Amino acid sequence: MDQLFRKLTLAFVIVVVLYVFINNILFPESFGLGLDSYYLTLIGKYLCFAILALALDAVWGYCGILSLGHGAFFALGGYAMGMYLMRQIGDRGVYGDPLLPDFMVFLNWTELPWFWTGFDQPWFAALMVIMVPGLLAFFFGWFAFRSRVSGVYLSIITQALTYALMLAFFRNEMGFGGNNGLTDFKDILGYPISAESTRASLMILSGLALIFFLIFTSWAMRTKFGRVLLAIRDSEDRARFLGYRVESYKLFIFVLSATMAGIAGALYVPQIGIINPGEFSPLNSIEIVVWVAVGGRGSLYGAALGAVVVNLAKTYFTGAYPDAWLYFLGSLFVLSTIFMPRGIVGILQDSLHWLLPQKSRYRRKSSP
Amino acid sequence: MALLALFSSATFAFEEGLALSESSWEEKAEWIETLSKDTTDEAEQILQHWVGGNLFYWPAENRLVAGTKEGRKYELREIIGGLVINVVKRKAVKKIKVNNKLRRQIKQALAYRSLSSPDASKRLKAITELKRKPDYSLLQTLLRLEVANPDLTTARDLRTLVGLVYLESSKSTEQIEGIKRLTGNLSSEAKEGLSRLLLREDLTSDVRALGQRTIKDIEKKLLYWGHAQNIVFGVSLGSILLLAAVGLAITFGVMGVINMAHGEFIMLGAYTTFVVQQIIPGNSATALLVSIPAAFMIAGAAGILLEKSVIRHLYGRPLETLLATVGVSLLLQQMVRSIFGPLNQAVTSPEILSGSFVVNAAFAITYNRVFVIIFAALVIVGLWLLMYRTSFGVRLRAVTMNRGMAASMGIRSQRMDALAFGLGSGVAGIAGVAISQLTNVGPNLGQAYIVDSFMVVVFGGVGNLFGTAIAAIGLGVATKIVEPIIGAVLAKIVILIFIILFIQRRPRGLFALRGRSVEE
Repeated sequence: MDQLFRKLTLAFVIVVVLYVFINNILFPESFGLGLDSYYLTLIGKYLCFAILALALDAVWGYCGILSLGHGAFFALGGYAMGMYLMRQIGDRGVYGDPLLPDFMVFLNWTELPWFWTGFDQPWFAALMVIMVPGLLAFFFGWFAFRSRVSGVYLSIITQALTYALMLAFFRNEMGFGGNNGLTDFKDILGYPISAESTRASLMILSGLALIFFLIFTSWAMRTKFGRVLLAIRDSEDRARFLGYRVESYKLFIFVLSATMAGIAGALYVPQIGIINPGEFSPLNSIEIVVWVAVGGRGSLYGAALGAVVVNLAKTYFTGAYPDAWLYFLGSLFVLSTIFMPRGIVGILQDSLHWLLPQKSRYRRKSSP
Repeated sequence: MALLALFSSATFAFEEGLALSESSWEEKAEWIETLSKDTTDEAEQILQHWVGGNLFYWPAENRLVAGTKEGRKYELREIIGGLVINVVKRKAVKKIKVNNKLRRQIKQALAYRSLSSPDASKRLKAITELKRKPDYSLLQTLLRLEVANPDLTTARDLRTLVGLVYLESSKSTEQIEGIKRLTGNLSSEAKEGLSRLLLREDLTSDVRALGQRTIKDIEKKLLYWGHAQNIVFGVSLGSILLLAAVGLAITFGVMGVINMAHGEFIMLGAYTTFVVQQIIPGNSATALLVSIPAAFMIAGAAGILLEKSVIRHLYGRPLETLLATVGVSLLLQQMVRSIFGPLNQAVTSPEILSGSFVVNAAFAITYNRVFVIIFAALVIVGLWLLMYRTSFGVRLRAVTMNRGMAASMGIRSQRMDALAFGLGSGVAGIAGVAISQLTNVGPNLGQAYIVDSFMVVVFGGVGNLFGTAIAAIGLGVATKIVEPIIGAVLAKIVILIFIILFIQRRPRGLFALRGRSVEE
């Protein structure tokens, strides 16, 4: 039955991607059915969030690691992309400096800091999008899992991690634009960044990435590797006594998840047009958790679904009743954990179970 | 004596006014002597104008006036108040002349007046003024004052001033006397005065050596007191952390439940203080005292409500509890924002907590910091008594160590859960009262403390009051020692990284609790 919903979700994303591809890229004029850039950006944003939720579900839903710092990996990927886009501005900035971004000129810096070198090359930036979150997750996870920090302790230190990064990135001396972050991007790979066709392409790219990650993660979770992860989630000690190297499995999925989050961030930044230290704030990371919780953890497509549903609600509430958003989000946390521990996916499964009692009971027994 | 009476009235008799204006230098000196013994404001004003060369005798009205040159004419003013009376020609008034000797005499008289004023703040102001530009001619006056006026509040400043004046001398014996008087003096003026002395080229080698030794000694002492100051600041920061974290140590320790809404209970306590102060206006000390139990009750009730409505349903699922309480924290924040508005509210501190306790020029601590330290100590002692000297505490600890065993011994563990949660939340509320004395009260107040509180609890070892106290004070002191070196933000990051690494070395904290439930 999970297969059915997964395929439906995949089909839905494919339809959206195809629709935009046909109407915005292939025939932008002939049908007049193309989406305008507001909706393109909005959908692109949701798709990036869906990838991010997928990344969190892989560690939380399948391995029981509740990371309250996944926003940090997302933001780091975003910053890597932002640095590339900053370098692309060249001498078109306000101060017209051919090498230094505006904020550095403003701070009276005379040369580019060493960690900015190479970001003018797209391949290098793309590598960093994967490497920076991946390496951070590797070192962090290596220390944490090896000394068997788990459960709520791990959650708290991941939160401290993103909090510390937020404080660090707010500092002007760090060389990442401080408070204002990186913005005023002009173009990406030579295409103007605010053009409708670029936005459509970026959205399609996000959609393709989501499709790829959905297929990839659900394949990975069906392999033996995925089964071991489930075993670790359900009883870490038992898995260890059976001879599995629990730490290595955890570390692998944690790093994989962090790079996915980083890629989501890198796709997000050119569409939104800004990245600032606010992305590191602990509340952002907690919101990611609620997407997954609402969607239903441990099912992958549920996480993606949750991200889209919650963000639709956010877009609506912050527009119509700005004060009510936090009430809504807060209640969502409380109610979803108490009344729907399996999220939207659980409700879907139960209703299908109710519609098709015989078949579903059979299938529930055979699939874990 | 006749003169004395004369000066204390606003007008001059014709003869005396004329006499003053035509008197010889010796006679003038006597006048000054008389004036300086007169305690009225008027006498002081006359001297002030005189030393500035602005004192005139005005024959037409038989009186002394203050005058300033305006073009070719003279503008005449009242001695007191400076009200303009008339504008006259040069010939119409007679200047009361002054020479250098008299000027020095007047200056000394004026300094003596302000330095011996019965008002301590005036004395202090005069001393501060003089310290900026020590005047050797005042030496005798100051020495006289020092003997005549052994007053504690300004004695230290006066001593500094005398030392500085001695340094201005050209005699090496007096310079040495000055250095001796400034030995161990930590005020910035003393250090500046000594460095100024060492810049002079007419010093004997003895004086120079002594001066250098003294200045080095002062610098050493300054460093030492600076460290002491940092440690006290650290202890006060640690006390705040302790107050914020100790409630969490109880809830986390007893139930293993992470309460992410803990910071918001602190916020509730702070807002309770604000509301109580609105109800009892004008008397902030009473309001503060009332708000301590009020905050405990309100935050405690909120905690019990949270336990009964949400957390109870999620036992055994710590991660879900964490998420649900995050939701509650968002709800509480937004609720407060709806009721009190998004802006910070100022809570006034009681009079008794304003001001600071000054040990010397390099070491001062504000009273509200002292209050927080004492308050935190009282809260800890109270909690310790409750946990280790009452039957409630025994039952609570029993549930902490082994829930199942405690339940089979007849302890109603569910009730203990609710009470423990209420207690922890109530203590958070009290922490809010203390914090409201230090910062403004706003909806985001709790957020600022939640991560730090968790760090403290985890660092100290879960479920261990003593460990929590040590961890809080230790982290506070460490922060304040690192802060002057690398700045506040970096210090925070460094401390966070340190704790992250520490938890990975010792996942159970500094002082791990031993019990059967510890290995879950």
